[in-house]
Amino acid sequence: MTQRGPFLFLVALLILAGIGTAAFRHQEYRIPLLPGAQQTVWQVEARVEYFAQGGATEVFLTLPPEQSGFRVVDETPISSGYGFIEPPADQHLAHWTKRNAEGPQVLFYKLEIVQDDDHLVPDSLPADARKMSWDEPYRTAATQLLDSVLPITVDAYTLAQQIIRSMNRVPIDQNVSLLLDKYEKPELLANLLATAEVPARTVQVLELEDGRRRQGLRDFIQVWHEDAWRLVDPVTGPLAATSKLLLWKAGTPAVLEIIGGTRSRVSFSMISHTRSMLELSQAQTSAFEYSFYSLPIAEQGKFKLIMLLPVGVLVVVFMRLVVGVRTSGTFMPVLIALAFLQTELLPGVASFVLVVAIGLLIRFYLSELNLLLVARIATLVILVIGIITLFSVVSYRLGLMRGLTISFFPMIILAWTIERMSIIWEEEGPKEVLIQGSGSLLVAVLAFLLMDQNIVRHLAFNFPELHLCVLAMVLLLGRYTGYRLLELHRFAGLAEN
Amino acid sequence: MKAWIEPGRLRARGILGMNRRNIGYIARYNSRDRFPLVDDKLKTKLIAQKANLPVPELLNVVSTQYEIESIEQELVKHTEFVIKPAQGSGGKGILVIEALMEDGFVKSNGVTIELNIIKRHLSNILSGLHSLGGRADVAIVESLVRISPLFEHISHEGVPDIRLIVFKGYPVMGMLRLATKSSDGKANLHQGAVGVGIDIGTGESIAAVQYNRIVKVHPDTGVPLRDIVIPNWQQLLSLAARCYEVTQLGYLGCDIVIDEHKGPLLLELNARPGLSIQIANNQGLLPRLRHVENLEEFSPSVSDRVTYAMRTFTRSRETAPSGETP
Repeated sequence: MTQRGPFLFLVALLILAGIGTAAFRHQEYRIPLLPGAQQTVWQVEARVEYFAQGGATEVFLTLPPEQSGFRVVDETPISSGYGFIEPPADQHLAHWTKRNAEGPQVLFYKLEIVQDDDHLVPDSLPADARKMSWDEPYRTAATQLLDSVLPITVDAYTLAQQIIRSMNRVPIDQNVSLLLDKYEKPELLANLLATAEVPARTVQVLELEDGRRRQGLRDFIQVWHEDAWRLVDPVTGPLAATSKLLLWKAGTPAVLEIIGGTRSRVSFSMISHTRSMLELSQAQTSAFEYSFYSLPIAEQGKFKLIMLLPVGVLVVVFMRLVVGVRTSGTFMPVLIALAFLQTELLPGVASFVLVVAIGLLIRFYLSELNLLLVARIATLVILVIGIITLFSVVSYRLGLMRGLTISFFPMIILAWTIERMSIIWEEEGPKEVLIQGSGSLLVAVLAFLLMDQNIVRHLAFNFPELHLCVLAMVLLLGRYTGYRLLELHRFAGLAEN
Repeated sequence: MKAWIEPGRLRARGILGMNRRNIGYIARYNSRDRFPLVDDKLKTKLIAQKANLPVPELLNVVSTQYEIESIEQELVKHTEFVIKPAQGSGGKGILVIEALMEDGFVKSNGVTIELNIIKRHLSNILSGLHSLGGRADVAIVESLVRISPLFEHISHEGVPDIRLIVFKGYPVMGMLRLATKSSDGKANLHQGAVGVGIDIGTGESIAAVQYNRIVKVHPDTGVPLRDIVIPNWQQLLSLAARCYEVTQLGYLGCDIVIDEHKGPLLLELNARPGLSIQIANNQGLLPRLRHVENLEEFSPSVSDRVTYAMRTFTRSRETAPSGETP
């Protein structure tokens, strides 16, 4: 046909735009692709206690840095009577101040952290490597220890592993014993690694475990390995899984600093729960201000239905152009399918067939009355409403089926369907009515089955841009010039010679 | 009898499908603004009369409800007439009255009906019952075509008509349509009428189908459908070919009836002619349509086009379908 190239380009563009936007929104706003996707959320509460000596106090609490595997989604300082200074964006530091404090003081800092393996933050290597200077006799011991492990290692990781093994070996090595007299294990490990010119640092981590209270931070080592900091447990060696260990602070300075107080201590409590990813992404991002999520819930419910319409329309286009099913009224089946969504399938089909059948009977009587068309349709509309009301009341009384939901049927459309079917009946016979009626019902049921899929509902509402792909498919189908499936039956007579 | 045919075989036979007809021919060769000319039978009749094409005589036009009240004195002037909606499709709403009796009007199937049924029918037509989309319509009353004796023994009831597909002015395929009992006197194939494929070159019948299946004899009259020859064939083709100039529609279906006295009359035109004609002809339309599309020069003279079509699209001369493009 004419302009095939630009047409296909447009279709490709629509598909790309649809999928691209959806992928972007999935990446950026973490809208889940599947319904019901869950994420673990940790609520961590840091509790700062100290004894104020009277007078001005200042409290500095280091907060966890940006890191891979965890996303801080919410943080709140809780501290009545204290001034709280928002930390600058690049500094992870809570800063409380009070002019006059005396006696035991308690401050809280609450963090809501989502465990998210897809959240990646590139680590950066500190520019200046720490120079380590040892005093004798430790220098000799350290050198000998390193000399014994260096030849049997290949990189920072294995080196750290070997040093830890030496530190834990029983019977204990002389050199190690000497060094451990002076240094704690994590410090010793860090110092030894620094001497071997391996980038390493001591860090403090919080072990996340549901329901734990009054936890302290643990000292770990991080070794620079393959362009990232890797956690190394100074007791057991390198750690593979980091998901349950939240890095709180890197480097040596203390986590908590108090000016004007003593006996300070910080402890942590945490609980975990799962939340649907969708809720999370809806709750967090202000970029949703112009999306469906900002609408009132009732409106959202409407849009959930409306956004399913394109899916139903696609089914109609496919069934008519590719299969060749005849329906009465082009898009009537979609509206019926939409009604089925409210009534459930079987009660829906049953009541649809009943209403149309009764309507047809009444319509046959109406044709005796010799009415003008508009008046006849209007009569049908009123009668359809009557039938539906009667149905609802009777079936509710009898407790038969979900009669009440029948009221979701589009009455005007039903009236027109009845009118059109009765005309077809009069002009082309009951067979054609049966063909078109069952064709419409078939398309409606198929559209319903597709629209009723959880994944379809989820994608249609949360990724409305995917409708660009539906549009592209409709456009493509609109240029389909091949035979319809039912034409293969229609022209079967030609096979005979 | 097979219920299905492989798409490859349909393609090899050059069968035109609904989708390709809509995109490749109707949308391409039929300009939208020309559709009303053929969708409205009154307009068709008027432009045909203007172009001196023979048509059944227009007796009356009913366009308002109050005209219906006084319709009786108009109708009784004619003992036989046909009432049809101007914008009806698929033979809907056509009422054929063959005689006027004491107790009412006699329909073509012999049933006598009262005047108020005719009035209601007219009222329905005006309120758009038979027209596409329920648009308000007008009713046409026209003279009844008298069946040619040649067809009298074939037809179950009503006058058979001849459907010709005219592509860019060339008649490319033809079919005689015979009403049957199951089609309720209508000449539409999907309602159960019999379609008899007619050779463009000779006017002789090729094959016959009912409900898309091949039949040998008329289901009601039992008359064999093999050896039918349409009289005045070339004249009939010329009438169809001239419709192209009148309507400027490239892909056109012309329905022509043969009146006992007046010869071929143009009954109506169709901008979306159906596809069953291919079964009746046991022949796909596509090779012929492509043949016309590939003609280097358009022959402006109607007689040249008819001669060319008769020479080219005839069964004996038909070459095997040329190379198919998917």
